[in-house]
Amino acid sequence: MISKRDKQAVGQRLLAAFRDAGAAEIAPDILLPAESLLDLYGEDIRARAYVTQDPIRGEMMLRPDFTVPVVQAHMDDGAEPARYCYLGEVFRKQDMGEHHPENPRDNEYLQCGFELFSRDPGADAEVFALFHRLLAPYSLTPETGDMSLLLDAVRGLPVSTKRRDALLHHIWRPGRFRRLLNRFSAPVPPRAFPDPVGPWAGLRSEAEMQERVDRLRADMDEPPLPEQWSDRLNRLLALRAPATEAVAILEGLAKDMPAIAEAVARIVARFDAIAAQGIDPARVIFDASHGRANMEYYDGFTFSFLAPNTVWPAVASGGRYDALTRVLGKGREIPAVGGIIRAGLIAEMEAA
Amino acid sequence: MIRLGVPSKGRLMEQSFDWFADRGVRLSRAGSEREYAGRVDGADGVSLVLLSAGEIPRELAAGRIELGVTGTDLVREKLAGWRDVVTEVAPMGFGHADLILAVPDCWRDCETLDDLTSIARDFRAVHGFRLRIATKYHRLVRAWLAEHEVADYQLVDSQGATEGTVANQTAEAIADITSSGATLRANNLRILNEDPILRSQATLFASRAAGGTAMTGLLSQLGL
Repeated sequence: MISKRDKQAVGQRLLAAFRDAGAAEIAPDILLPAESLLDLYGEDIRARAYVTQDPIRGEMMLRPDFTVPVVQAHMDDGAEPARYCYLGEVFRKQDMGEHHPENPRDNEYLQCGFELFSRDPGADAEVFALFHRLLAPYSLTPETGDMSLLLDAVRGLPVSTKRRDALLHHIWRPGRFRRLLNRFSAPVPPRAFPDPVGPWAGLRSEAEMQERVDRLRADMDEPPLPEQWSDRLNRLLALRAPATEAVAILEGLAKDMPAIAEAVARIVARFDAIAAQGIDPARVIFDASHGRANMEYYDGFTFSFLAPNTVWPAVASGGRYDALTRVLGKGREIPAVGGIIRAGLIAEMEAA
Repeated sequence: MIRLGVPSKGRLMEQSFDWFADRGVRLSRAGSEREYAGRVDGADGVSLVLLSAGEIPRELAAGRIELGVTGTDLVREKLAGWRDVVTEVAPMGFGHADLILAVPDCWRDCETLDDLTSIARDFRAVHGFRLRIATKYHRLVRAWLAEHEVADYQLVDSQGATEGTVANQTAEAIADITSSGATLRANNLRILNEDPILRSQATLFASRAAGGTAMTGLLSQLGL
């Protein structure tokens, strides 16, 4: 067992390194209003975060992550470019299913993080290289992805706007996405809508229903997505290789899927920038589906650093979350990329 | 001493008493109808504790009773990691009920969970908040919806009269226990065309912490 004091000491060391990289330290509240977090993450977060009640402030949540409060703090009074770092506990429940977990996770643990708000295209590489440098002593495997590549690939499919929007919406839920793709790849079976029997009830209006019925009827006439397109998309989703190989495969795929050409060019430029920082891209995994199973807010570059111990969560993880700043900024968008290191896991590796 | 927890009133209590009587163990309330103490005839070293069915899972987990009769729905909802806490000794063949998801019957475009998922997405865009599902089975419903990758919803707590929440516009759909579906129909609700979230029935549970010869003796007397 590593003491909390030792974990804290590792965290302070990482924090100092982030400060040296130009970040200003901020200390967000531990007790956060639940509403914006719930609205953003949905029921998933309620299963994972500790929610409590305050008689005046209403439903509050013990900080489940730093990203939201950091973005809010920046939105309130930040100037760009801005670099922030922080160190503190996050709190996560582990809701057990039918059995108690064999390897229960800590319900409170330290995160040390770095966030960069900048319109500079080199920001992704800067953050990744910084994390890579700090984590170099621990023989972790870096894995990366890029959600904008997948989003662009879907945008480029020859399907109606309605179908495209549904696929984009569910891209973070692989099973549902697959079902939709399969459904759009076959003729739509005819569907009848039964006549109304009872009275109208509830907040969803009859007009809302009619709009969806019209949409479903229109969808019946849409031709199936040609197989070559679902094949291309599936090949893209399955791509996992060292970055040097992956880039070559992506450039090949972009010939058939022009919609991803721009994203591929960004990825190539990013790995060039990463290589320029002295990191060998051949030792960085690129996985096109990396970040899909994560929470919905990453919409660009994503990364994680994995320990050989597969029971552990990622020792560090992060990515680009422009969409989140769009939601929290109420129309204002600030390109943002950042990540966290689990200081406790670093302390355990150092003690081993 | 084996402490046996049985629901303290209604059909569940009567059927539990009948189930034990069929196996030669006569359970009864001690004294008046209002008293929650019980009496056991036909088995040694067993005491009867009459409790609310909803409290029996917790009492089993806390080790305050060794055996208990309650619904599988309550055990799975209330005991995280329930398989490590209790064992299912015997399904008892009564108290059948399904935990289901129901939507307003007037939603002619909603038959399956896929429909509900797509409606939830539209609903959020139109109303600015997530579609509300009223339930008291928070953990079971959330886990089931997560497994099916449904995202654009929120649960709202409803500890009773859940079927009324849609008409009162405090929820758009409900997740609740039903046996005949009559209450749902009376409230113009319709069950989604999916397998139930859970098929529940009254079940005899044993605390994992309990054991020993008294327990094996009683269970063999019950033919288990």
